[in-house]
Amino acid sequence: MLTYNKPTTVDEAVILLQQPQHAARALAGGTDLLVELRSGRLAAQGIVDLKRIPELRALRAEQDGFRIGAAVSGAELGEHATLKAMWPGVVEAANLIGSTQIQGRASLGGNLCNASPAADSVPALIAAGARCTVAGPGGRREVPVESIVTGPGKTSLVSGEFVVDFVLPAQAARGGDAYLRFIPRTEMDIAVVGVAVNLTLDAAGVCTTARVAVGAVAPTARLVDAAGAALVGTTVDETALNALMAAVRAACAPINDKRGTIEFRTHVAGVLAGRAAKIALDRARSRA
Amino acid sequence: MGRYPAGSPGWRDKVTGQANYGADFSLPGMITGRVLRSPHAHARIVSIDTTEAGKLAGVRAVVTAADFPDLPSEVVAGGESPVNYRYISCNAIARDKVLYEGHAVAAVAAISAGVAEQALKLIRVEYEVLPHVIDVRDAMRDDAPLLHDNLYTEGVDPKPTKPSNIAKRTEFLLGDPAAGFAESEIILERSYTTQPVHQGYIEPHACVASVAADGMTTVWSSSQGQFMVREFCAKLLKIADSDIRVLPAEIGGGFGGKTTVYLEPLAIALSRKSGRPVKMVMSREEVFKASGPTSGGVLQVKLGARRDGTLVAAECELAYQAGAFPGSPAIPGCMTAFACYDIPNARTVGYDVVSNRPKCAAYRAPGAPMAAFAVESALDELALELGMDPVELRLKNAAKEGTRALYGPKMPVIGFVETLEAARAHAHYNTPLKANQGRGIASGFWFNIGGQSSAAVHINEDGTAEVVTGNPDIGGSRASMAIMAAEVLGIDYAKVKPLIGDTASVGYCFLTGGSRVTFATGKAVVEAANDVVQQLRARAAKIWKCEVDEVIWKDGVAHPAQGQTDTRTQLSLAEIAASAARTGGPISGKASLNVGGAGPGFGTHLCDVEVDPETGRVTVLRYTVIQDVGRAIHPGYVEGQMQGGAAQGIGWALNEEYVYDDQGRLQNSGFLDYRMPVASDLPMIDAVLVEVPNPAHPFGVRGVGEVPIVPPLAAVANAVARASGVRVNDLPISPPRLLAALMK
Repeated sequence: MLTYNKPTTVDEAVILLQQPQHAARALAGGTDLLVELRSGRLAAQGIVDLKRIPELRALRAEQDGFRIGAAVSGAELGEHATLKAMWPGVVEAANLIGSTQIQGRASLGGNLCNASPAADSVPALIAAGARCTVAGPGGRREVPVESIVTGPGKTSLVSGEFVVDFVLPAQAARGGDAYLRFIPRTEMDIAVVGVAVNLTLDAAGVCTTARVAVGAVAPTARLVDAAGAALVGTTVDETALNALMAAVRAACAPINDKRGTIEFRTHVAGVLAGRAAKIALDRARSRA
Repeated sequence: MGRYPAGSPGWRDKVTGQANYGADFSLPGMITGRVLRSPHAHARIVSIDTTEAGKLAGVRAVVTAADFPDLPSEVVAGGESPVNYRYISCNAIARDKVLYEGHAVAAVAAISAGVAEQALKLIRVEYEVLPHVIDVRDAMRDDAPLLHDNLYTEGVDPKPTKPSNIAKRTEFLLGDPAAGFAESEIILERSYTTQPVHQGYIEPHACVASVAADGMTTVWSSSQGQFMVREFCAKLLKIADSDIRVLPAEIGGGFGGKTTVYLEPLAIALSRKSGRPVKMVMSREEVFKASGPTSGGVLQVKLGARRDGTLVAAECELAYQAGAFPGSPAIPGCMTAFACYDIPNARTVGYDVVSNRPKCAAYRAPGAPMAAFAVESALDELALELGMDPVELRLKNAAKEGTRALYGPKMPVIGFVETLEAARAHAHYNTPLKANQGRGIASGFWFNIGGQSSAAVHINEDGTAEVVTGNPDIGGSRASMAIMAAEVLGIDYAKVKPLIGDTASVGYCFLTGGSRVTFATGKAVVEAANDVVQQLRARAAKIWKCEVDEVIWKDGVAHPAQGQTDTRTQLSLAEIAASAARTGGPISGKASLNVGGAGPGFGTHLCDVEVDPETGRVTVLRYTVIQDVGRAIHPGYVEGQMQGGAAQGIGWALNEEYVYDDQGRLQNSGFLDYRMPVASDLPMIDAVLVEVPNPAHPFGVRGVGEVPIVPPLAAVANAVARASGVRVNDLPISPPRLLAALMK
């Protein structure tokens, strides 16, 4: 028997998720969880549906950025004009997941906690410097997004913990982000490689900060410090882009599988990094 | 042809979800069947113990191969090509050995799917795992693991003394290829491989079977032939044809893949044992692991030509993967390889090879697309080497009426040249390309077939009519049946209702395949409608008290023949129908025929692609299908066939493949990772209908459903080669493969 609970408060959800007899799984949009349950890959005894908790469905601009509930759907993100204007890369990444129908359900919280190395929104959130609020038996803590996933299907969350919301900082005045993924088709597919770039420029057009994150090329999405460093202090010219591409490729540790080869993923990660950096650069310049 | 609406009869049901497909049928007391499948690619079944499963509460029946007759291995006529019922039986449920991952081992029927699945876990199968072989080249090696201990290569002299995975060698020869190559001024030799690809029908296999206490068996199923299902089940279970009635469901795609049985014999056996109706539906994973793809192939092509482009000699050797049991379309591959061209000296050699993969099934123009990929790719290279326009090269060598085909006959009236001329004149062919873009052209041939068909036309009291045939409608054929009947009767299309009868309510019809229905069953419809017209004239003569030949039928109305003193009024079909009881009873016509004279089909495709040189990603920018369709009865459906074939061929060329791990287990048994194109991957495909009527059909019909999947593999590959400067001769041209070639 599968139990289904729909708590309306964070505290209630924490209690339900801890009950051992339920061996419960948290459900946000359900676009991964329900598929895994139906296919038999996952055997959960309980579902704790987090969508009824108001905090998890709220999306609001705050003084220094945005607070996005973990169960806010991709479609809602895509329709939020100011969020999209400030963090187009994050929103585009979230909107690449699945199809129009899936977008009505798919969430940032689910995309992160499903812990797939290929999750589209995760590299974009990491590059953006997003943090998330984790609630659990020990109260609340705020941690960087990159600290959640520890391996394919594995997270650092302990029993009873779940992600409540994400905090995106305000984008810098001369900042821009972008996310690109590679799939052989045009939609309805899973990233073979994903790369996010978030950079800021000074008045002279010199890059002052840069965060680069990659997906689907390692057991988890990775922040590649060396790739960001390759852009800082440059005008993001060809030399800097080549250094960026090399740094990204050096950080790749992919596998051969049905979706791509090690050589292909490593090469294309560099290509996408260069292309994403150019888009981010254009966005940073046009915002200035 | 008269006026008719764009959609088919029943389209409203389809778009609103009300149409009843295979899985939609239910009966009181019905229970659910599930299949236990092999986790191994190749293993001997040491024992199967179903005791515990049988004891589980809610389980009503368990069957294994022991519940089915142990049939002899013999090849008999049936299906779309000769069949061996032992192979079909052993494929439906494994006997002694499992030959691929997903091979059915046992089946359970229970009061719910959950109980049935629980029961499957209680069945204990002891396997002796054997070495397996997936690749066709590996399977042909002398030291390859053997799938069948008693399989000896047919068609080689002397008869082999050792068993082999090569089931058959076939050769076709015309003229003297060695002499032809000796006189050639340019010789081009290339090797190619293609991957097995699944038909990808959206509807998984599904059926309900119910065996009554007196043994009368009724099956509701989604297939390409209710008579095929009856015939196969009767043979597999040794029951009389008259003791099985098969009712066709609406079908959600077949493309050749539903020309055999998988679940039906199991459902019948489970129903017989349980006394309950049993429903069985495959999951998508089961469809990929246990139902037929078409073969992958390994092909070598050699072309010899003069400097002016005249082809003098050609050879093609191909080895096709049959999957677990013999029966790949290697022979049609050999027959179609050079059928587009007039080549005086040619030879093709084909090998039918078994390996530890699901048994292949028919897929649109079985065997032809792989051969065309090789030949049309080689021709493109020849055109480049000769500095010739690829359309001109094909025109110079095109088969015409009277051309001797390698496989024997002379071509009848065909329209291949017309498709090439239409391609050359098309705006697509003359549009400039940009950097990283390329244009490919390729042609293709398919025989099309006729065969046995029946039709009945019933006239109702109100002047409407029913047209009953026995062919499931996989491509809009119902609309064509109604249009042709309406045309002969001279009444409005809206007054003709086309229906698909079950095996007890219409005369025998060979299955829906070989692009035969609008041609052959259509001819039966025309004859049945003509039968009705004869009866209508007789009734009018009776009313008018004159001879039948004094009545002519025109535009749905009986008229006095010319020269008769005209005191008589005209009689409409509706008027004659209303008084039928007084003039001799119901008016009903029928025809049962074995139709010959199918018109061969030819197509030429144009494809523009753009290659991303940094990632190897291919985008199809523009695609045009040009085909001789004989005469299009319902042009919208004909275009749909052409577009659909092209879409499937593009997927075959670019991304579709089966990925196995080193244990021979399929890694991508779902649409997420078995990458068929989605709608946004394709441009709107332009369809150009060339009409060279087939003289053997009253309306000039040729089959159209299979030709359009023949050219796309090479059309795409040629476009990629011309866009990137790199030729990939191994399908699919997936981004990793193309990028690796680009970076060499």
